[in-house]
Amino acid sequence: MDINQKYTPQSWPDHPETATMEGKNKFIGFWLLLAAETVTFASLFATYLALKDKGPSGMEFSAAGLFELPLVFAMTMILLTSSLTSVYAMYHMKNHNFKAMQAWLGITVLLGATFLGLEIYEFNHYVHLGFGFTNSAFSSAFYVLVGTHGAHVLFGLSWFIALMLRNAKRGLNMYNAPKFYLASLYWHFIDVVWVFIFTVVYLMGVIG
Amino acid sequence: MSSIAQKKGFGATIWDFMTTVDHKKIAILYLISGGFFFLVGGIEAMLIRIQLAKAGNDFLSAGTYNEIITMHGTTMIFLAAMPILLAFMNAIMPLQIGARDVAFPFLNSLGFWLFFFGGIFLNLSWFMGGAPDAGWTNYASLALASEGKGIDFYSLGLTISGFGTLIAGINFLVTIINMRAPGMTYMRMPLFTWTTFVASALILLAFPPLTVGLFFMVFDRMFDSNFFAVEMGGNTIIWEHLFWIFGHPEVYILILPAFGIFSEIFAIFSRKRLFGYTALVFATILIGFYGFMVWAHHMFTVGLGPTANAVFALATMIIAVPTGIKIFNWLLTIWGGNISFTVPMIYAVAFIPSFVAGGVTGVMQAIAPLDYQLHDSYFIVAHFHYVIVGGVVLAILAGTHLYWPKMFGTMLSEKLGKWTFWFFFIGFHLTFFIQHFLGLMGMPRRVYTFGADQGWDLFNAISSAGAVLMAIGIIILLVNVVMTTIKNERVGNDPWGDGRTLEWAIPSPPPFYNFAQTPLVRGLDTFWIEKMEGNKKGMIFAEPLGDIHMPNNSFIPFVISLGMFIASFGALYFLDDDKPWALPVLIIGLLITFGSMLVRSLKDDLGFHITKAELLEDAKGGKTDGH
Ligand code: HEM
Ligand SMILES: [Cu+2]
Repeated sequence: MDINQKYTPQSWPDHPETATMEGKNKFIGFWLLLAAETVTFASLFATYLALKDKGPSGMEFSAAGLFELPLVFAMTMILLTSSLTSVYAMYHMKNHNFKAMQAWLGITVLLGATFLGLEIYEFNHYVHLGFGFTNSAFSSAFYVLVGTHGAHVLFGLSWFIALMLRNAKRGLNMYNAPKFYLASLYWHFIDVVWVFIFTVVYLMGVIG
Repeated sequence: MSSIAQKKGFGATIWDFMTTVDHKKIAILYLISGGFFFLVGGIEAMLIRIQLAKAGNDFLSAGTYNEIITMHGTTMIFLAAMPILLAFMNAIMPLQIGARDVAFPFLNSLGFWLFFFGGIFLNLSWFMGGAPDAGWTNYASLALASEGKGIDFYSLGLTISGFGTLIAGINFLVTIINMRAPGMTYMRMPLFTWTTFVASALILLAFPPLTVGLFFMVFDRMFDSNFFAVEMGGNTIIWEHLFWIFGHPEVYILILPAFGIFSEIFAIFSRKRLFGYTALVFATILIGFYGFMVWAHHMFTVGLGPTANAVFALATMIIAVPTGIKIFNWLLTIWGGNISFTVPMIYAVAFIPSFVAGGVTGVMQAIAPLDYQLHDSYFIVAHFHYVIVGGVVLAILAGTHLYWPKMFGTMLSEKLGKWTFWFFFIGFHLTFFIQHFLGLMGMPRRVYTFGADQGWDLFNAISSAGAVLMAIGIIILLVNVVMTTIKNERVGNDPWGDGRTLEWAIPSPPPFYNFAQTPLVRGLDTFWIEKMEGNKKGMIFAEPLGDIHMPNNSFIPFVISLGMFIASFGALYFLDDDKPWALPVLIIGLLITFGSMLVRSLKDDLGFHITKAELLEDAKGGKTDGH
């Protein structure tokens, strides 16, 4: 692979992310990493379900009483949309349209940052109600599950930003195409995990 | 850039190893550090046996004893057995599939350094206020009550080294999926490659639950969260589940590569194709699969209820079936073979009855009602040492002899090897066989002493005597290594004369690019096929001689891991009021880690090319070959 080789949309391969041996390796390796991440979150979910509403005797907090759907619903919509915008970005990546890709990635980052801001607001709100990290087994399990997801969002954002800045001047090539692709794959994974959090923690929490 | 061995200065050699991304050198790093930790764990075992050699002994205090058994178990499993197996996987698997390196050479190095620093960190606990003392299983009810920082060393150290292992697992999986030479179909892969594959898949899925459990442990102990704090609604059984969801697959992570090594040995030294290759492959996959469905057999006495116990008891017994299939395949491989009793073969033959004994007690323990009697007694200690020492450690010793010439280009002495074998083998059975009876007589596990009136003195004394024999065996092995290294008699491609797979078709040790031309594989035991057809080159080639692309060395993996190591000390102390330096240390460590990750991500690293001319010169330059 020659990093200096210039491509046109015509000479650019259909699947630049797997066009080189290195890209293929990264592609499979990353899917395997996502498998490990899935097991990680499965463990966190199982723990959360075991500890839901559990606390010292007489604890005043419960999922049904604490969570409110409107804000979380907005967050869900924002994150889902950001997944969609990252798909647009990859569409332009595959067409070798660097400017459009950067633009859509920029929007993705903004949406992701908004999501993160709202999450911080939400946590802050709970803490002010007295539902801190050390309040109960329930609170610990909640913050660690949702917080781990939040940390993933933060990492995904930093990854996007680093890639965008690093490649701003030189555009797409066979070396960085797999990197962009994997970052967006990661972003989808984060999104899927959030859908489960929304369902298991919030929806099932509020319903009972 | 020719690979002809030049004499390098000591400093340059160290630097070379600190920055290498070559799987063969990383293998040597794993072997040396794993070997070092094996000695540490072995010394701890000797201390335990000295303490238990007679009734009412006061050689160790109760508290120190707890620290020593905990560190012995933890060190042996995480820092000795697994890394030494990773050493063989690194050294041999890429050669067996005809690859020039692993899929991610950079990550390979990172995996090693994370394991290394994690292990050092854990062991520094001895000098920094006391080692962990809640057993290698670190049950939450004990761990939360443990004073001092020992448990935190355990959690942080294992987290770091666990990341390293996970990275290694992913790397091997991708290597096997993507980097096989043309013609090397899945059903032509040597069994050691197959077992590496399945063990890596187990690593991939088993380590995350452990990491999650360790995080909970850190949070509970340091940040007052309540996962295991019963009075706050927590539940200590969650730790047990997470630990054993990891822990049971872990024993297969250890034993499957051991099976792989023995499979190679049986075929080589019986001069026969493995009997039932296909069955062996499928048995390996099945064992890996069932391995995830039996974890609660470690928790029969917790009170999960009769249904759960029955299900897990049955699942456990079912695993014995594929394992039994393997045993018969090996026996039938030997049957009618043209056997040569080299040191590796002696180990392999000795392994079968030893491991079967461990398997039989395993099935006994799977009978839940019987396990109520056996649980937490010396019977358990006897069982798991039969499988771990009689299986994994014998495989490690056999593999050391078998692959030493491929890794270092010179053969260990067969004579000394046999001495090691006999001391170790007799010592092993002497130590652990009798512990079955100690268990049945009621001696509990993890007790630091016993009374003279309990009638356990004689058997304990015998057990300790056996441990001395094993120690002598290991000392002879060390002498063997030193003498072999000093003599340094170089060997050719196929020093055992009967190699069957690709690693024996290239020089010992191989040039850093392994294969000047990628081989074309025509069947199972491809080197054997070529030899039988009189092909002097040992292989046919899939490509003409041409330029080869290789990865650059890098210092970054070392720095990333060093950052984690430094940060861990900060994490350990930053909540203590009297240690204001700790928070900056934590931050600096994390900055080093993330900073170097960022550098890695932003700086292009495209590798370099070895030209055809250099390869030709290398071939002439008299690298050892032929014998
Ligand atoms: C070769 C000589 C060895 C000797 C003499 C030895 C001896 C012992 C003894 C006396 C105990 C304490 C039992 C108790 O009180 O519960 C023990 C525990 C243990 N050993 Fe070994 N051992 C040896 C090798 C190994 C190896 C190679 C491994 C693993 C690869 C291993 C893994 C363990 C584990 C996991 C424990 C349990 C620790 C715990 O209770 O937390 N041992 N060993
Ligand atoms: Cu088990």
